[in-house]
Amino acid sequence: MKVYLDYAATAPTKKEVFLAMEPYFKASFGNPSSIHECGQSARKAVDNAREKIAKFLNCQTSEIVFTGCGSEADNQAITGLISGLRTVGKPHIITSAIEHHAVIKTCQDLVKRGMATVIYLKPNRDGIIEPQKVKSAINSDTVLVTIMYVNNEIGTIQPIREIGKMLEKINQNRKQRIYFHTDAVQAAEYLPVDVNYLHVDLLTLAGHKIGAPKGIGLLYIRKGTILRSIIHGGEQEMGLRAGTENVPYIVGLGKAIELIDKEQISVEKVYKLRDYFIDQIIKKIPEVYLNGSRDIRAPHIANFYFKDIEGESIVLSMDLEGVACSTGSACTSQSLEPSRVIMSIYNNAWRSAGSVRFSLSKNTTQRELDFAITKLTKVVERLRQISPYYNKE
Amino acid sequence: MSIESMYNKKIMDHFLHPRNLGEIKNPSGVGRVGNPVCGDVMELYIKINQKKGHETITDAKFKTFGCGAAIASSSMMTEIIKGKPLKEALKLTNKAVADALDGLPPVKRHCSVLAREALDDAVKDWKNSTRSHKN
Repeated sequence: MKVYLDYAATAPTKKEVFLAMEPYFKASFGNPSSIHECGQSARKAVDNAREKIAKFLNCQTSEIVFTGCGSEADNQAITGLISGLRTVGKPHIITSAIEHHAVIKTCQDLVKRGMATVIYLKPNRDGIIEPQKVKSAINSDTVLVTIMYVNNEIGTIQPIREIGKMLEKINQNRKQRIYFHTDAVQAAEYLPVDVNYLHVDLLTLAGHKIGAPKGIGLLYIRKGTILRSIIHGGEQEMGLRAGTENVPYIVGLGKAIELIDKEQISVEKVYKLRDYFIDQIIKKIPEVYLNGSRDIRAPHIANFYFKDIEGESIVLSMDLEGVACSTGSACTSQSLEPSRVIMSIYNNAWRSAGSVRFSLSKNTTQRELDFAITKLTKVVERLRQISPYYNKE
Repeated sequence: MSIESMYNKKIMDHFLHPRNLGEIKNPSGVGRVGNPVCGDVMELYIKINQKKGHETITDAKFKTFGCGAAIASSSMMTEIIKGKPLKEALKLTNKAVADALDGLPPVKRHCSVLAREALDDAVKDWKNSTRSHKN
């Protein structure tokens, strides 16, 4: 038996999505900028996808820009906003210590280039960024708040709507507007991403976490938010993102988003399975701790600290047993730094080094989870035999 | 092994079946190196036998908190030094540990360095304790 529990890293392209995309590789291969019929049928497909997505996000079609991935959308939102602004002082950005690298490194880059100052807010013990903390970090130069919707490592849900509403109030009495960006990549399949409900100006989505392929993402840009393009060339995407539209992938993203609405019924099932998974692991394995709030979390992610053993050795052993899981995020597995997210919450290097993420999908079954739990019990016991710390007086 | 792994067969073999795992009762020296921030901690126990001025590592055991490469490197290191004259064992380089494992991925080379440092630390501990015995 093989069990994949790393859907937060990436998910397979859904069958319906793949079928919807297929014609745009061959029969309708045209360039949407071409005047002829072949091009215009591709244009129609792109428009059609944009309409579906606009409906899903509750925005206008002109407020959506397709990008090559979620990271590009984050870069475009942050660098694009800062370099497009005309401010008196140096722009100030408020973000958090638990953001995805695409946000953190973009902010660091702006600091290095002397274009902005940045504050990285720490989460509370539940792994949540409190709106009050955001509020107290605001100064007269603040132009952007960027906080993720669902943390990709531990799954905690950030109070985006509360922060958005709070900023809206604050903006009423400010000359320099504070824009609000959220990376909603891990949230889109399970939580409401209506941009008006959330009160956000900028929102990032990525295709491959929601059943579309890798290589497609989007940025929602509220009307009136001026961004400077980071990719120059043709006039595609209202002049903001040059490059011939990736027609089949855009079609795929549109289809994947359409399916999210249709699959609402299975969200509850994922919540239940995840709770079962957490309960069983904590019951069956000694000295295991859930990272982040038990309740305020997206249904598909659970991250555990296994005392006295190291995360990679767990992932490696689980892989040999047929179960795919991961330490922290896939993006950091090539670097040796311990999880910055878990460090920022618990300030404990052991916990950071000894944590593993499991992420579910709507198709995950209890049988798969039972299999994973059995293997995990065995793996943890073996690695603790090797550890110099376990059961030591 | 049917799966594709970031580690070669030899590393995986030592990871899954570590040699000389455990602790030695009344060891001659104990080495403890690394920290959780770098992700690995190794504990090395050695037994040293002195005969006619010749010192031999008669036994070596380890316990490791760490990744696959760290566990495999500790295991391989104990296998290399066990039974060796101390002088010869101390000539061991971290590269020799990595080579004996048919190579480590570049990001994991520090694991072989750590294994080598564990030996130094254990020998240092042994030297300190023999000195204090003499006093």
